[in-house]
Amino acid sequence: MSNTVFSLWILNKAGGLMYNRTFSEGLAQLTSNEQLVLAGTLHGIHAITARISPVPRSSGLEVIEAESFKMTVFLTATGNKFVLITTPSHPSAELLLQRAYEAYADTVMKNPFHTPEMPIRSEGFDLRIAQVMHPPK
Amino acid sequence: MAHPAPHPRTSLLSTGSSRPSSIASPPPTSPPSSIRERHPSTLSQLSVPLRRAPSLGYPTNLDRPLNRLKGAEVALGAWAFLYAEIVAYSQARVDGIAELERKLNTLGHRVGARYLELLVFRSEGMSKAPKRETRLLPVLHFIHTTLWKALFNKPADALEKSREAADEYMISDNTPPLTRSISIPSDLSSLSCEAFTAGIVEAVLDGLGFPARVTAHSVPAPGYPQRTTILVKFNEGVMEREEALGQGR
Repeated sequence: MSNTVFSLWILNKAGGLMYNRTFSEGLAQLTSNEQLVLAGTLHGIHAITARISPVPRSSGLEVIEAESFKMTVFLTATGNKFVLITTPSHPSAELLLQRAYEAYADTVMKNPFHTPEMPIRSEGFDLRIAQVMHPPK
Repeated sequence: MAHPAPHPRTSLLSTGSSRPSSIASPPPTSPPSSIRERHPSTLSQLSVPLRRAPSLGYPTNLDRPLNRLKGAEVALGAWAFLYAEIVAYSQARVDGIAELERKLNTLGHRVGARYLELLVFRSEGMSKAPKRETRLLPVLHFIHTTLWKALFNKPADALEKSREAADEYMISDNTPPLTRSISIPSDLSSLSCEAFTAGIVEAVLDGLGFPARVTAHSVPAPGYPQRTTILVKFNEGVMEREEALGQGR
């Protein structure tokens, strides 16, 4: 069974799509409008799951597992959501999301040319994410 | 009284330090320039009370002995946030890339001037025969190795002489630490935030007696996308002096 990472999405506090990158084939192609709509939907569902959870003070959905994919959501302390879509048997989705968060803190938050909550357009970030997802042997 | 009153036409210089009270008449709030015009050398004899800034109550870095902080390090993350705000602040107050680079250069200049003094004091201050470089290549070597090691804990990666111009030299760094977290957007591609480092180098060269114009240029290389070259263009006087010294040998 392969352990592939399909894509990484980053949503801001309001549910807008900040970053979206595909690493392997296997997912349906989406137009950019569909991507924005789905990001907003995911944000809404995340908020709903935090409310309807029978366990009080839940954080919101963390993993959605389906037959052909697994979606892992990492909610940061500041309200951003890092979403990784992988094959269901991928062993370390959370770890990859942690590393992506580190790369975000290092290359996006410390970049004076990035406006917070806006889409991320940073070469440094792209390079670091590539290193996280495809570590050089 | 041991000393007779000075003759009115005698310059106050000749009284030495005998009668400070006679000169203390100007009140502390009078403009000091008028005193200087009349008795420039007796300024030191004035007993003008100095106003001290209120004490903080705890010692600051400025109060510590100069050698105590030698080798002390600053967290790169802390610097990154501070510099990001410096760049954003400056960018909002300038009209273009050239002006922004000039502003960052000026800020680096302030750092370089002070850091040179500290560096030379720490390395030569206690020695019996303090040395300094007076020739061009040793000065460049000093910057490439000693200054970089003191600032960034590693020597610079390359020191080259330009082929086109005789007065241009280049110091290159594959991964400049000061701007490690900064990614220049494509519409500002000619900007290099390493202008700050260029300012530091410019001040150090100026302090060592080699005035130059120093600029930073981004030259990505395979494997090192952030590689930056600090271009040093020496003033004419420096090149002339260097040639004269070279011939006199």
